[in-house]
Amino acid sequence: MCKTLSVTKSFLSRQLPALLWLCLIALPVAAQQTWQPIAKDGLRDPGSPAVKLLQPPGEALSQFAPDTAGNQVRWVKALEQGQINPRSSLRTETNVQTYERDMFLNLRGGMPIVRFPHGIHTRWLDCTNCHDNLFRKEAGATKISMFLILQGEQCGVCHGAVAFPLTECGRCHNTKREDALADLEQEAAKSGMALPPKLPTAMVAPERKAEPAK
Amino acid sequence: MTRSRRRAGALSLVLRQALLCLALIVAFVPGAADAEYGDVVLNRFAEKEGMRPVIFPHWFHRIRFRCKVCHFELGFKMRAGSNEVKMNDIIEGRFCGMCHDGQLAWSVENCDLCHSGKAGLPPGIFGGHETLGPGRW
Repeated sequence: MCKTLSVTKSFLSRQLPALLWLCLIALPVAAQQTWQPIAKDGLRDPGSPAVKLLQPPGEALSQFAPDTAGNQVRWVKALEQGQINPRSSLRTETNVQTYERDMFLNLRGGMPIVRFPHGIHTRWLDCTNCHDNLFRKEAGATKISMFLILQGEQCGVCHGAVAFPLTECGRCHNTKREDALADLEQEAAKSGMALPPKLPTAMVAPERKAEPAK
Repeated sequence: MTRSRRRAGALSLVLRQALLCLALIVAFVPGAADAEYGDVVLNRFAEKEGMRPVIFPHWFHRIRFRCKVCHFELGFKMRAGSNEVKMNDIIEGRFCGMCHDGQLAWSVENCDLCHSGKAGLPPGIFGGHETLGPGRW
């Protein structure tokens, strides 16, 4: 009995490094992007002719900047690097608008501050998609709530449905509180004013000197 | 005494590492039979009219068109299930019909390419995971 146990023990202790190596190798393999074929997406009727004719998502999406969430594509990166070149309008007379100003949101919250990039959003969307129905245009006029977002309101209309999901906290809550406050104070000092003692919930973010490396 | 304790220690270490290994692999392998992120089921009218529900893949369309093309120019509301899209609209060039006209994209005669969903699917957005939000509209 004792012998069997000690044999098992010595076997396992000999195999331990191998097990650990297996984990290390298995991890990147398992973390590789995978997409379901059309017939196995749980939505298509396997008897539908579409199953044989439609392009499987993996065939297209595997060509773009990889991600670990959502479609497993960094859509913004794919757009910026020219991997995709989606049309902005169908009619020539359509007024395609963009707006570049960043906003600091969540200035009174506990999580890191959100530096919201209007630029990235307006390359995909029109102003009227958010204003003034989801959010009022005046900074701080709409109380933004994580509770509502998780229920699919406000940012959650897209994030969690088609844009990167709400599991990626740090992609929105991306700026250290002290960095954001230092930027705001510097900007206020330039115009000869002081920041109010009680900050509003949202403010226009001062322009970045240089884009941080991605 | 000490030996059995050591043995127990070694075993629990192995067990812990095996569990960790398993957890990591489970965490990184997506579940089987998952809709692609952002797939929309349109079934307010389709099945009542004797057709399969429509599956709209966001991923395919956003490679070619920015969100604003459909959600601003064509007037699709952002909330899945809030658009009343009838075949008549499409034939007359509204909604999907702006592109699905046989020129830019396949025309309405290719019924089965859009009407391809399983029977009984509720309208809404699918493939959203990890939260209770938009996936549950």
